Amino acid sequence: MSDTHAQTVAFVRDTEIPSAPPPYAATGPVKWMRENLFATPANAVLTLLALYAIYLILAPTLPWILNGVWSANSLAECREILQGATGACFAVLTERWPQLLFGFKYPSDLYWRPTLAFVLLFVAVAPVLFFDLPRKLLIFTGLFPFIAYYLIWGGTIFVPILALVGCIGGFAVYQRFVTGSFAAGFFGGIAAALAIWYIGGLLIPAGASNNAMLTPVPSRDLGGFMLNMMLGVTCVSLSIPIGIALALGRQSSMPLIKVVCVVFIEFIRGVPLITLLFVASVMLSYFFPPESSVDLFLRVVIMITMFSAAYIAEVIRGGLAALPKGQYEAADSLGLDYPQAMRLIILPQALKISIPGIVNVAVGLFKDTTLVSVISMFDLVGMIRGPILASTEWNGVYWELLGFAALLFFVVCYGISQYSQWLERRLATDHR
Amino acid sequence: MTTLTDPPRESFRLSMLINDTRYRSLTFQAIALLVLIIAFAYLTNNLLTNLAAAGLNIAYDFLGTPAGYDINQTLVEYDSQSSHARAAVVGILNTLLVAFLACITATVFGVIAGVLRLSNNWLVSKLMAFYVEIFRNIPVLIWIIIIFTIMTAVLPGPREFRGDNPTSSMFLDLFAFTNRGIYIPAPVWGPGSMVVVATFIASVIGVIAYRRYATNLLYSTGRLLPMGWPSLAIFFVPTILMFYILGRPIGLDIPELRGFNFQGGIKVGGPLIALWFALSIYTGAFIAENVRAGIQAVSKGQTEAASALGLRPGRVMNLVVLPQALRVIIPPLISQYLNITKNSSLAIAVGYADITATLGGITLNQTGRAIECVLLLMLFYLTISLSISAIMNVYNNSVKLKER
Amino acid sequence: MKKSVILGALTVAGLSAGAAAAGTLDDVKARGKLNCGVTTGLVGFAAPDANGEWKGFDVAVCRAIAAAVLNDPTAVEFVPTTGKTRFTALASGEIDVLARNTTWTFSRDVDLKFTFVGVNYYDGQGFMVPKALGVSSAKDLDGATVCIQTGTTTELNLADFFRANNINYEPVPIETNAEAQQQYLAGACDVYTTDASGLAATRATFEAPGDHVLLPEIISKEPLGPLVRHGDDEWGDVVRWTLNALITAEELGVTSANVNEMAANTGNPEVARLLGTEGTLGEMLGLDAEWSKRAIAAGGNYGEVFAKNIGEETPIGLARGLNAQWTDGGLIYSPPFR
Repeated sequence: MSDTHAQTVAFVRDTEIPSAPPPYAATGPVKWMRENLFATPANAVLTLLALYAIYLILAPTLPWILNGVWSANSLAECREILQGATGACFAVLTERWPQLLFGFKYPSDLYWRPTLAFVLLFVAVAPVLFFDLPRKLLIFTGLFPFIAYYLIWGGTIFVPILALVGCIGGFAVYQRFVTGSFAAGFFGGIAAALAIWYIGGLLIPAGASNNAMLTPVPSRDLGGFMLNMMLGVTCVSLSIPIGIALALGRQSSMPLIKVVCVVFIEFIRGVPLITLLFVASVMLSYFFPPESSVDLFLRVVIMITMFSAAYIAEVIRGGLAALPKGQYEAADSLGLDYPQAMRLIILPQALKISIPGIVNVAVGLFKDTTLVSVISMFDLVGMIRGPILASTEWNGVYWELLGFAALLFFVVCYGISQYSQWLERRLATDHR
Repeated sequence: MTTLTDPPRESFRLSMLINDTRYRSLTFQAIALLVLIIAFAYLTNNLLTNLAAAGLNIAYDFLGTPAGYDINQTLVEYDSQSSHARAAVVGILNTLLVAFLACITATVFGVIAGVLRLSNNWLVSKLMAFYVEIFRNIPVLIWIIIIFTIMTAVLPGPREFRGDNPTSSMFLDLFAFTNRGIYIPAPVWGPGSMVVVATFIASVIGVIAYRRYATNLLYSTGRLLPMGWPSLAIFFVPTILMFYILGRPIGLDIPELRGFNFQGGIKVGGPLIALWFALSIYTGAFIAENVRAGIQAVSKGQTEAASALGLRPGRVMNLVVLPQALRVIIPPLISQYLNITKNSSLAIAVGYADITATLGGITLNQTGRAIECVLLLMLFYLTISLSISAIMNVYNNSVKLKER
Repeated sequence: MKKSVILGALTVAGLSAGAAAAGTLDDVKARGKLNCGVTTGLVGFAAPDANGEWKGFDVAVCRAIAAAVLNDPTAVEFVPTTGKTRFTALASGEIDVLARNTTWTFSRDVDLKFTFVGVNYYDGQGFMVPKALGVSSAKDLDGATVCIQTGTTTELNLADFFRANNINYEPVPIETNAEAQQQYLAGACDVYTTDASGLAATRATFEAPGDHVLLPEIISKEPLGPLVRHGDDEWGDVVRWTLNALITAEELGVTSANVNEMAANTGNPEVARLLGTEGTLGEMLGLDAEWSKRAIAAGGNYGEVFAKNIGEETPIGLARGLNAQWTDGGLIYSPPFR
């Protein structure tokens, strides 16, 4: 029996053969294409359609961009250079970029000031956006509004210093009294800040801004993309505290406060921003005291802040509602009163949940700042639709200008939304 | 929130207003009310003083006076002698029209893009991601201006249809695409046309009845009737037969170039198209994200269970995933509809005669009644928003998961 | 300067634009700046140039007022206004004078409570069509699509004209001049209508201005002029007589070049009164004796301003026409300085 075995097996391989490469069609780009582009006939048709769509988009735009003229003094000159060939006239951007970015009246020798403020903005928001950075940086964030104000508007340095002193004074009073009662600390702090501002306002000499270190720039001279950035940043940061207050008010057990907050939120959310801007431009000045006049920039900031506060309030309300009821009950059972419970237990968690929503509101709001062009403010879109397209040299250069505006907004908004997605992944502490 | 221990009965002291939880909320509300009243009084006082100083008053009688201007797109009868109020009504109808159209097309764009973004096809899903990102991250005002500029700059003017060797010609000799708008043939209702229409309506009902019958049959006996071609047949055949039997009673009024413009047919104005398209493609990007989120919210087990039952991928989507996803999709979808309505106020940038352009634009310009016009404008938008929210609440309650 | 707590806070924010006392004149002097409302951009009348300087016919009026009141023609804050915001801006005190081409009408004067201090340009609404269309009269425009720049009384005049002639049209109202121009050039409308001066200014910026014609019909009267709030007559007088000073200066041959020389040695008592070497006209206005000299020196007399900004030598190329001095058969006429 033993030799039968030896005879049936004529050959036994005692070494491993080297593994053969996979078939050509199941590897590399071909495999990838088969799986991702041509998996089924229907899929193949879709791929071809998509390719055709891409061709349709690129065929006219690519030569237009690549052929672009970057230096010329007017559209007519551009056309002369192109000699009838397809090509963009990007010269309008090289010629007018300061106007697009800073508006047409911001003094050109002062461009470094808003630019510096813009760079500092990143330093200031970094500790807010990224939790890993040293907490000490938050001090700079606190100082940033005053620095930015001073850089952009200039004038006497006493104004931002006074504002800062008022805030610090108010905060000190708040810290002193908050251990006793939140309300006492809060209102005491506000009262202290107002008192410091009022007294300080009387102390600042009237002509102080005339011989200031930084030349004062009136807010009417602000414009271009800078105006969009300023409106966006100011209004979002102002509206977050107001939004929190509104959200808490809407959840309040006090009927009067609840009704006021609900009416405010629903009213603001029910009307388009453009009507609120009309209010700012044609109505609001009637509501200020007769002997004062508040400039358009401030009026627009007020209206946009109200607008975004209402939306942020709804986002935060969602965050509050998403917290398990146990958290509220736990806070109560510890014997914390309402302000303590909110400050120490509820809001930190609710705000954490709401951050992606707040960022979405911020992006939407930033895009909506372009609407101020409708009420004759020269933001980026306003500059394009007004002075630049109306000028003799550049009358008719639509695509280059609109494309530039679109690109600027895309870069900023896409950046923020990528951050929001990163944050969402970071904050996802639950197990999914 | 507050612990209610039974405090010993004691006489009321003033400090209890602050310290006692039973009275504290009353105190706060009283203070809030006081602050509110003072703020309102202050603002009203300023308003009245300012108006008195300027010698103005708040009055709405300007609404009854003749508007004096013409509007290019009117859904109701209107001429320059009609009142400002009538002009406002024209504006309201135009707003509603563009909002309605944009809601429909935005939903179509959004659903297609949202579903395709989840496609296995790499190229298609990337292309859809590109569409969504590019439209979501650029302001709608810029999109409206861009699309309006495309309309006017790329499409030919009526002038180019003229002459012996026109540079442009009508599509199928029926449609004219010009930069002033799109002209489409209008039906002319001849005698007997109502019979054709009635047949058509009857066949629509027939299709629905047939499909319902087939579904019932499938559920009760398991017999599967063909759905596709009988539906098509019921839909088309009787109407077409009737149309020819009655000697083609419905004619077409084909637009044709006369004078400066195309005459005849139905004109869909350029500003309407630009606004409509811009709003729908912009909002479509947002809806696509909602749809994607909704589909992804349906747990994978559902899809796998459906596949395990032997359903084809299309049926998995239609019968299992979409019905469940809808519950997640619809609320944000309705708030997108609300956004469309509000964003339609940007019509002002393209010269479409919506309510912001008539009441908040020309009427305001001509009468100078800024406060009145802006208040009315806000009132209109508020009414629309609140009604849509009310509908949404009703819907939300009706689709709420009924836990048994 | 009364300040409430809120206003104190606003002052700290540095954004409150100062307080307005009873008299605009004192207010302007205290502020050291004249707030002047202009259009958002109409070449020749008021538009920022490539350096952001405001230039134009309306702008020159503002500069003359600033020179007269503040002794500095550059002490002007130009506030761009749209058709919608201009009246509120003036009524609420945001601007001191509105020098945006605004038509003097009954209801604006009476109902909206403004005072038109005079007319610096007699205009009328006209039509511009491409030459290729072969239209020679506005009455041939039956069925045409008309682009309108909204804002002035344009829509109303247009509706009246077509109604009166019993012909049809399709209006396309456009907010800004730049966009209306784009529509017109792309052929989205057959006709562009606004004030004839605006049409000429717009045509001047075209690539081929010769391909477009202005139709002979002028369908409305559009007296354009600066306006101030009702009830502040001192300020109204200052603006009115600054404008009149420019007009009279042209009539008397006083120009920005020779104004100092004329003031020093003139034998003409009218010139002497105008330039403040005789009489106390300036003091009556609440200004000093040299006010009109400065106003004229700022940008020249009416004729110079016209020639420099919109005259036949400029790309806009408007003839004086109705806006010639009354001595040349025009309507520009100033009451006497005495």
